[in-house]
Amino acid sequence: MRAPMPDLLLTLALHLEEVLVLGAGLFALGLYLALSKRNAVGVLMGVELMLNAVNVTLLAFSRFVVSPRPLDGQVFAVFVITVAAAEAAVALALAVAVYKHRETVNIDELDMLRW
Amino acid sequence: MTMLLSLLTIVTDNWWDIRDLSNVSGAVLDIIDDLGGPAWLIYIVSALLGTLAIISFIGGVAIINIWVERRVVGRMQSRLGPNRLGPFGLLQPIADAIKLMQKEVLQPKSAPGLIFTLAPIMFTIPGIAMMAVLPWGRNMSLANVDVGILYILGLSSLGALAVFMAGYSSNNKYALFGSMRVIAMLVSYEIPIVLSLLGIVLFTGTMNPQGIVLFQEHYWSLMILLQPLAFIIYFFSVSAELNRTPADIAEAESEIVGGYHTEYSGMKFGLFYAAELINAVAVSAIISTLFLGGWWAYKLDEIVPGWMIYIGKIYTVYFVFVWTRGTLPRFRIDQLLAFAWKWLTPMALLNIVMVSAEVTIWEESGLSAGIVLPIYMVINTAAAGAIIYAFVRFLAPKFERFPTQLRFYSNIDVPSLPAVAAPPDRAKVSV
Amino acid sequence: MIADNGIVIAFYVLAITTGICALMVAMVRELIQAVVFLALTFVGIAGIYIVLSADFVAVAQVLIYAGAVAVLMTFAVMLTPAADRKNSETAFQLPAAILAGLLFAVVVFVIYDTNWRISGREAFPATAASLGEAFLKPFVVPFEIASVLLLTAMVGAIVLTKEEEDEGADA
Repeated sequence: MRAPMPDLLLTLALHLEEVLVLGAGLFALGLYLALSKRNAVGVLMGVELMLNAVNVTLLAFSRFVVSPRPLDGQVFAVFVITVAAAEAAVALALAVAVYKHRETVNIDELDMLRW
Repeated sequence: MTMLLSLLTIVTDNWWDIRDLSNVSGAVLDIIDDLGGPAWLIYIVSALLGTLAIISFIGGVAIINIWVERRVVGRMQSRLGPNRLGPFGLLQPIADAIKLMQKEVLQPKSAPGLIFTLAPIMFTIPGIAMMAVLPWGRNMSLANVDVGILYILGLSSLGALAVFMAGYSSNNKYALFGSMRVIAMLVSYEIPIVLSLLGIVLFTGTMNPQGIVLFQEHYWSLMILLQPLAFIIYFFSVSAELNRTPADIAEAESEIVGGYHTEYSGMKFGLFYAAELINAVAVSAIISTLFLGGWWAYKLDEIVPGWMIYIGKIYTVYFVFVWTRGTLPRFRIDQLLAFAWKWLTPMALLNIVMVSAEVTIWEESGLSAGIVLPIYMVINTAAAGAIIYAFVRFLAPKFERFPTQLRFYSNIDVPSLPAVAAPPDRAKVSV
Repeated sequence: MIADNGIVIAFYVLAITTGICALMVAMVRELIQAVVFLALTFVGIAGIYIVLSADFVAVAQVLIYAGAVAVLMTFAVMLTPAADRKNSETAFQLPAAILAGLLFAVVVFVIYDTNWRISGREAFPATAASLGEAFLKPFVVPFEIASVLLLTAMVGAIVLTKEEEDEGADA
């Protein structure tokens, strides 16, 4: 590996804040999707996007912030991925099961539990 | 990022030393360095050089292998294969490509255009991207990724989504059947693939493909000898994943027209066709890296350049793939899925138990590798034979040469046949 | 702070691509197209994980999200053939947008207002081995619980979508 040469152009830098803003943006988009979509699969997409945004934030903290055990953030992210996968499987199975009874997965038509 | 992409480093200053092609790129980088180029330019140029090398290899292979495959399969089936255009028909693939490019690209009116167009592209990319982590020589690996095997597995699972997109967006029941079959098959065969590769990762203690090659070099032993069972499981599973003839139920022409690419024409179909060949080569490359030692071949790699040995190994494995394609008939879908769940998955689990026991024994006993590894080779080969024999003995469907029961009519109330003395007369039981 | 030009450029390219793909998930009018854009978003997020020097998590992300979850979602769309295939919104669209926008504003304000304890840490060396150690030593109980959770989810999903036997005989 050669030694890096001094860079004459401007040097860019990535700070914790920018990554966190990205995570916040993805989380807000996921929230919007989960609250506004009519199809249950669309709602689930929003939830998955929110979980991913949380993972981005976790990994950003694990990379940038002072900690005695910095890798714990990544461990946590793997657990989040695991739980999200389980949640996706069950939620989609629920959607299919609901469809079998009601012929629809639109959440605004599934109002049998309404007062 | 240097952690992830250890670039093509320079070995010597002799760019003409083709034993290691990284010398060539090293010379180019040296020139940039002498001219005072900044670090990021060197970085970008070295990445581009490696990518260019891999893409041109893949492109050349996709063209050549059309000819290789047709000729070899033709030979196996007592045909001639393409032999008119150019010497030995070598120009035939080029003519095919020109024909495909000239054809009109038809698209069903009801197909969602974006997904329909994206599917063949998404199908082609994983096979090419897989080659990035494989080492071509001691210093010739474009991306020396530490989680290389996981990367390969992740990319191969992307193919499922592409096939599904193709089948779904075609708006055609045969295409949908084909893609459903592919998904069922990929989901089933993913498990034995992961488990068999896990055995190798356990034994070598690394997920880096280059690290696995170096392990084999260091201990002077090929992985195929150490873990024959894992090799057999992996080979069968990937040949199912590749969708090639013993397992090409996804595009079985006699059953569902063309499967997921029924509606594709022109160069979009060409991409599917090329991607199949590219995936076959990529998988051959993975097998030759993980099981056959990659660029290392005992003493041979001191004389012959490592990348030539590697290409030779790739084509040896590829020939076996063509061989299975040319000689074996197609499975039924239920047979294929049962094979994954009832045969390969238990076998792979047994393999993992065996390998982890061996690793523990090796570590705890502190014996030298020279004693342990030959013993393991013998034990594992014997165990592989025993396990396969046991599965065939106890699990295989019994082959009835002279059936005493009427088959295929079990639902109808058929009067039972009179008992026949052995050997039974076949004419009596014919349906 | 990461001061490597290549990584910073890679981060911004990935962030913009991911953001556009995530926006398209909300904008496109076909549900199946939304799933495809969501898969692309997942791949982009995996790239951001690599920038944050989490190579194992990135590959796991591609394997699980782009490979498995996206296929599951396409399956869910396909298994509900008579349902609405449009990626449309309920009456809560405007309140949801306002709420999400407010949340985003608050979080961004907090991000820039907080005094983070930044460490001058270098990128992690290969994380796979140390993650494995972490899973099997300090985090072994959550690890086992996660595997039980996955098993439970699998059984639950199978039971939920299973066809009832006698119904099949009637039909």
